[in-house]
Amino acid sequence: MINDNSKTNFQWVGKRTRRPDGVDKVTGRARYGDDMSMPGMLHCKVLRSPHAHARIISIDTSKATALKGVKGVLTSAEIPDHPLSKPPYAPIINDMHDISRNVMARDKVFYDGHAVAAVAATSERIAKAALKLIDVKYEILPHVLDPIEAVHPDAPILHEDQFTYLGGKTSEKPSNLFRSSVGERGDLEKGFSEADIIVERDFSSAPVHQGYIEPLACVATTSEDGCVELWTTTQGHFVIRALCAGLLNIELAKVRVTASEIGGGFGGKNTIYGEPIAIRLSQMTGRPVRMVMSRTEVFRASGPTVGSRTHVKMGVKTDGTITAAEAETWYQAGAFKGAPTGRAVETYFSAYTIANAKATVHDVCVNRPKVAAYRAPGAPMAAFAAEAVINELAGRIGMDPVDFRLKNAVTEGDQSLGGSVYGSIGLIEVLNQTKNHPHYSAPLGPNQGRGLALGYWMHGGGLSSVSSHLLDDGTVTVATGNPDIGGSRSSMRVMAAEELGIDIELIKPIVADTGSMGYSHLTAGSRTTFATGWAVVNSIREIIGKLCALAAKKWEIDVADVSWEAGQAVSTKSGDSIKPLTLKELAGMATKMGGAIAGHSEINAGGAGAAFCLQLVDVEVDPETGFVIAKRHTVIQDVGRAISPDYVEGQMQGGAVQGIGWALNEEYVYDDQGRLQNTGFLDYRMPVASDVPMIDTVLVEVPNPNHPYGVRGVGEPTLVSAPAAVANAVENAIGQQMSSLPLSPPTVLKACGQVQNAAE
Amino acid sequence: MARHFVSTTINGDEVEFACQPGQTLLEVLRTELGMTGTKNGCGSGDCGACTVIVNDRPVNACLVLGVELEGADIETNEGMAKGNQLHPLQQKFLDHAALQCGICTPGILNMAKALLAKNPDPTESEVRYGLAGNLCRCTGYDKIVRAVLDAAKEMRVNN
Amino acid sequence: MTDLRYESPKTTEAAVALLADGGQMARVFAGGTDLLVQMHEEMIEPTLLVDIKNIQETREISFEPDFVRIGAAVTGAELGENDKLVAMWPGVVEAVELIGSYQVQGRATIAGNLCNASPAADSVPAMIAAKAIVCIAGPNGAREIPVEQMPVSPGKTSLSQGEFVTSILLPNRPDRAGDAYLRFIPRTEMDIAVVGVGVSVAINADGTCASALLALGAVSATAKLVGAASNILVGKKLDDNVLEALAAAASDACSPIDDKRGTIEFRTKVAGVLACRAAKIAWQRAENN
Repeated sequence: MINDNSKTNFQWVGKRTRRPDGVDKVTGRARYGDDMSMPGMLHCKVLRSPHAHARIISIDTSKATALKGVKGVLTSAEIPDHPLSKPPYAPIINDMHDISRNVMARDKVFYDGHAVAAVAATSERIAKAALKLIDVKYEILPHVLDPIEAVHPDAPILHEDQFTYLGGKTSEKPSNLFRSSVGERGDLEKGFSEADIIVERDFSSAPVHQGYIEPLACVATTSEDGCVELWTTTQGHFVIRALCAGLLNIELAKVRVTASEIGGGFGGKNTIYGEPIAIRLSQMTGRPVRMVMSRTEVFRASGPTVGSRTHVKMGVKTDGTITAAEAETWYQAGAFKGAPTGRAVETYFSAYTIANAKATVHDVCVNRPKVAAYRAPGAPMAAFAAEAVINELAGRIGMDPVDFRLKNAVTEGDQSLGGSVYGSIGLIEVLNQTKNHPHYSAPLGPNQGRGLALGYWMHGGGLSSVSSHLLDDGTVTVATGNPDIGGSRSSMRVMAAEELGIDIELIKPIVADTGSMGYSHLTAGSRTTFATGWAVVNSIREIIGKLCALAAKKWEIDVADVSWEAGQAVSTKSGDSIKPLTLKELAGMATKMGGAIAGHSEINAGGAGAAFCLQLVDVEVDPETGFVIAKRHTVIQDVGRAISPDYVEGQMQGGAVQGIGWALNEEYVYDDQGRLQNTGFLDYRMPVASDVPMIDTVLVEVPNPNHPYGVRGVGEPTLVSAPAAVANAVENAIGQQMSSLPLSPPTVLKACGQVQNAAE
Repeated sequence: MARHFVSTTINGDEVEFACQPGQTLLEVLRTELGMTGTKNGCGSGDCGACTVIVNDRPVNACLVLGVELEGADIETNEGMAKGNQLHPLQQKFLDHAALQCGICTPGILNMAKALLAKNPDPTESEVRYGLAGNLCRCTGYDKIVRAVLDAAKEMRVNN
Repeated sequence: MTDLRYESPKTTEAAVALLADGGQMARVFAGGTDLLVQMHEEMIEPTLLVDIKNIQETREISFEPDFVRIGAAVTGAELGENDKLVAMWPGVVEAVELIGSYQVQGRATIAGNLCNASPAADSVPAMIAAKAIVCIAGPNGAREIPVEQMPVSPGKTSLSQGEFVTSILLPNRPDRAGDAYLRFIPRTEMDIAVVGVGVSVAINADGTCASALLALGAVSATAKLVGAASNILVGKKLDDNVLEALAAAASDACSPIDDKRGTIEFRTKVAGVLACRAAKIAWQRAENN
């Protein structure tokens, strides 16, 4: 199938259309994870470790079990164990050995907040009171939080059975360093020797949380025949099914997961936390069990991103050619292996043709919650470091930062450090649009600075299943297996309507449960509009094929002489006076002439479109207090084709503001015992409405030839370049390098003071 | 624990509920009355997801007790539309794509409604500061602010 | 699991009786914007909540011959809606209005902010600068104390068992006087003050300072008056030398801690910066009166 991306006069694609789930969401009708209630439902609360690292000596749950209203109490004894995974360590985030221990601690606790026991009771109050009656004896161990300290020979070791994987063999001694991902090309030594100017800098970034407003929540119901029904807020109910079934040793078909509406995910709801606990307690008690994390628990126990320590070295010629680039990064994986090291390698220096380059990224365990994905996992912190050096190099040779990037820009056929070959990409277009944008040359006021940074994400395709049905009256249901995080049902409907040539109001998109649909991978990596959308298109084309066959049968002509145009079957035989048949007419005939008409598609989509995003940010700094505020913000991104422009803009704006928070104020604060100090939205400071300006968006459309509608992912690149752009703006505002995120006021004030001291 | 019986008006309807002294309005709405349109984002007044209007004042339902509401007039998101007729704010939020996941939306709609009742012609800055108690992680606030300003304009024209 | 009791007395005497007999874990309940949060986080488990919001006099703002009396259950929103009060003590009102969001403002009270005794409470430095007086009812009768005698240490006030604050008095502000409150927070809203400064000044006919009070919050265990500030300002005009000395005095008076909201170095420096800025605003307001 050749995708003709030259067509632009679409009926629905690219128009601002109403989203199908909108009315429910503005009226309070939509049901999220905690909006489900079942008769006889019990409430589960989890006891969590107050120590960053400790051995569990004993757990006595007898008093809790005896409390009136408590129906079930569990510890790791009720969660099956799984053996250590073996090399070559494929999808680490699905390592059952680790997941079992993260869901419920076995012999050790690895972070403040690690689950140790759980209670199901007739009310939340009773469950909480029961937790206080559980007596856990710990042997406190020294802890470590910094990834470089964690690989020091004297560092406390988290897992005695974890060795560093060194490609065919493992290290002799246990180590917190699980493995390192490397990508390289050319000859670094040669490259640096050719450089006229070399810049070497160290960077660090604090870990940050996805910050979804809806805490994790689920309700599990089990029956005596071993079946499980799970309602949960998730980005991927098929993955949740696989993880729960795999962990608890239940057959896949016996676990039916329904995805509730989801109140934000950003990658943080791609895995299991409370679901297996709720399921086991339901099995033990014979009753439905509700398990909702409090906000404090979300911060203490659900996976944030990695924190990082990075060393970057780059060399450039005075004519602007980058001759060599090297990065070494240490990522905090949290309590279990699985930092996004491979993806970081993929994104390092990805926008630039550099003949000699290397990125090494280390996956290091430390006493923090196990990391989860956050919107381009591994990339924003890598971009923060690399783009800072790129900007510095441009400054040193006196070249405009956009021109510098244009000079070294990758094009189709170039390769990333991770080995991806770029197809048709819109990097040059994005850079050119930047130069022409009024923001680029707008004057700045006092104490203001402008920052610029580029971000990249390769996006994913993968497995998606779709089932579409034509109903008797000519309306259509489109069922997918992907939870709708930000309006994807809208895009599904738009693509289906475009194919069929009918009004979008005649199409009803739904998210089906795991029992009703084939496997669909997570709503993540911006794969949904791409892969699931493609499957929707396939399923609709199958329906169209059947409609044409039906018309051919009715007209008693060859199906090769029937085509589908503007919502009708038409005869293409010349000199014919056959009146076209509308979708509605054909739909009414279908069941009388052969059977119900449906189309489905189960694909493994490849060819996802890589995308680049450039952000321009103006900040104003108060040099006497270190207060920073973003004054103007523009996001220029190659979006492939914006199926639903409103929601593409929304992705760009949302990512930009997350980036502002990441750059300025978000971080995890620990005491010297490794206990998390800021466990709520008061002191985990995310941007509020008055902290940010309007976010201007420029949607550059270079269609992805691999998708029927040219779709590229949009959700990730927008966060990748945001913290880097904000940091660069602060650097330019105060004339001082800023190499450590977040740029909170004490850090900025200190830098301002250094500037003042230098001036005096 | 003794239960108190409390008589209130919720979205124009007389509603009587029983609650324990420690139960917040948020718990009463969601657990006792099954009204899940008011959302629980943090339980400590930092996110605004549970914003409702009590006696014409916007408040966080997690920081109000059920027992103190005798005779109170409560408005939640479920009562914002009049029958099938969406409130201008609800309509504008849809028109401007001012929501993505939608979890913050009920609270923001209530807060915006209260804001516009007091200040029918706000500036962009006044809207932003007015909504400072409502966290949104998806939209970056841009389209929310535009939707509120546009709704304000329409509501001024209609009055 | 202890049972919680809720009472809503209609008179001060009834409230006092309930609190006196209520034991250690009885709590006054007005806005609840600190109390309910602490209960939610399981930091405290009260056994009795005495809701004072149905005691009529706690809901009123009244202008008496020498004072304005603010009832203990008057909310921040109501304070801000009282034009006369705003004109008289804009600094006190703006301090209270910085507490939390509009949603919190609809419930939070100035008395509650005081009695919660957080070192970072916004209203306290402004009230100290305004020479506020706290009216207390208790089993041994009523008493009044200057506001700076209320907070004893973080989370603790000088109230004894059975006592509660019924109202706060702000003296009538003389002519050619003004006050202001500024705080530093990392975002634009929704944060606890990292540094808070309350200033009130009165100006002589010749343009020199007649009297001045400057108080700091969030830089020591309790909000404190910076005694030196008065000496620096009185008899002078607000020129650069005076401001420089004021900043130094404010910084010197700090004894802050490093915590998740700020460092010692940062708080000390910013206290000086905000002292100058708040002094300028108070001075401007005084000149306009």
